[in-house]
Amino acid sequence: MIWHMIKNIRFTPIFYIIFLMLPIYWLLTMSLKTNAEILGGFSLWPANPTLANFKTILTDASWYSGYINSTIYVVLNTVISLAVALPAAYAFSRYRFLGDKHLFFWLLSNRMAPPAVFVLPFFQLYSSIGLFDTHIAVALAHTLFNVPLAVWILEGFMSGVPKEIDETAQIDGYSFSAFFTRIFMPLIGSGIGVAAFFCFMFSWVELLIARTLTSVDAKPIAAVMTRTVSASGLDWGVLAAAGILTIVPGAIVIWFVRNHIAKGFALGRV
Amino acid sequence: MQRQTNQKAWFLVLPVFLLVAFSAIIPLMTVVNYSVQDSFGNNEFYWVGSEWFVEILNSERFHSALGRQLLFSGLVLAIEVPLGIFIALRMPKKGWAASACLVLMALPLLIPWNVVGTIWQIFAREDIGLLGHTLAALGVDYNYTQGPLAAWVTVIVMDVWHWTSLVVLLCYAGLSSIPDAFYQAARIDGASRWAVFRYIQLPKMKRVLLIAVLLRFMDSFMIYTEPFVVTGGGPGNATTFLSIDLVKMAIGQFDLGPAAAFSLVYFLIVLLVSWVFYTVVTAQDAEAKK
Repeated sequence: MIWHMIKNIRFTPIFYIIFLMLPIYWLLTMSLKTNAEILGGFSLWPANPTLANFKTILTDASWYSGYINSTIYVVLNTVISLAVALPAAYAFSRYRFLGDKHLFFWLLSNRMAPPAVFVLPFFQLYSSIGLFDTHIAVALAHTLFNVPLAVWILEGFMSGVPKEIDETAQIDGYSFSAFFTRIFMPLIGSGIGVAAFFCFMFSWVELLIARTLTSVDAKPIAAVMTRTVSASGLDWGVLAAAGILTIVPGAIVIWFVRNHIAKGFALGRV
Repeated sequence: MQRQTNQKAWFLVLPVFLLVAFSAIIPLMTVVNYSVQDSFGNNEFYWVGSEWFVEILNSERFHSALGRQLLFSGLVLAIEVPLGIFIALRMPKKGWAASACLVLMALPLLIPWNVVGTIWQIFAREDIGLLGHTLAALGVDYNYTQGPLAAWVTVIVMDVWHWTSLVVLLCYAGLSSIPDAFYQAARIDGASRWAVFRYIQLPKMKRVLLIAVLLRFMDSFMIYTEPFVVTGGGPGNATTFLSIDLVKMAIGQFDLGPAAAFSLVYFLIVLLVSWVFYTVVTAQDAEAKK
């Protein structure tokens, strides 16, 4: 019976999505309960749904500033990564030059570096140049893995654009910068969107480096959450509400790129 | 695409080169620097050569962390890759159902890693978690803070929950590039379901699957935040993977020399395996362009 259902084409994705949604549902119900209700007994849904936990977060500066800090460095990181990756990806997709293959693999190798390896040296580097606990420090540190990824994705999308377009534009008298911004960038618009999505995603979910490089002024929401777990300990409702609020930006961003997401995950190479 | 030789292209890659050099080479040199020196504090260092490397490579602690890491990555790949292919083959092909599936499946990928840990920490708790409570009600002895097996199961299931969607999305992208004519031809020839998979779908998915395995290997090998939040590396050292051990050593105990040697060995292992994969992927790309 069950095997029959699994073999049926429609049910497998549904089972899988239920498996994915259950833990998220559980977090959502907890965020709508009071602590007394969470610890008092077991129930599948909140008896008296309350938004008190969300109110705590949205009115307490030590909580909501975490979201603002995270957003600032994620946006900074995305802008910096794309600004440097666009010309580089163009160079890799259009030209041969001395050491191009080595440079490309060296860039990628940074995506393979375990963040744990970089924690201590980053801390010392950014402290010594006076950038510790600033948004720009986290944004720069995250370029370590986002720039290589952005270059790789954009190169994939750019290689899909025929070279004749470059040549025609040149004959029509466009300067390189005019051609690049007015003709070429709109052509790979979905690629830029996907690359931005990935930069956003990996910067938003990263904790180890962001936590190490900040203390107060630029503290990300993820770090605010871990502090609450260890110190006051058991305010499960607020913790769950904070978790739910970190999922929201991701959900919004996915919605915008939903038609390109599959191609984007294949790094533009399908 | 035929690319022309033009050395001026270096100007286009210069910003990336400088930025990544700043955020990769300087920190890496710091690590190399520590790995060959010892210190008694006061910023006085002296040369010890390869001593730390010999110590790390012979230490029981490194061996067992590496063993756990290999087992973890192996299990995760063995579950996520076949499961991902299986689900991708059964996804709706187009329309709103396909969009809804993609959005819902991608959701776990965008949750901050410590929140993933928090979600599973709560979900698997015996007193307040749905999973833990249900298992306890069924009479299963399951406590991830005390039983090493339960801790492993929790960490593996969490990773499957978190990352299988990546494999699904990649395979789905590969599958949607197959023209309908291929399937029609297969139907006319009376090909079996297995033959369609083996000779049409699998070859088309080969390249994206390699990317999937590469990404999953790299990221599972570097995993830190999720198991750290759920189990803290415990019970005992049961779920202390390489990154958790390294952070413990570098920040917790401040053993800079051994931690730096550890870092370099760790990085080199990831780099070596990834290089092999990368070579295979690019060879495939070159073949496809012919």
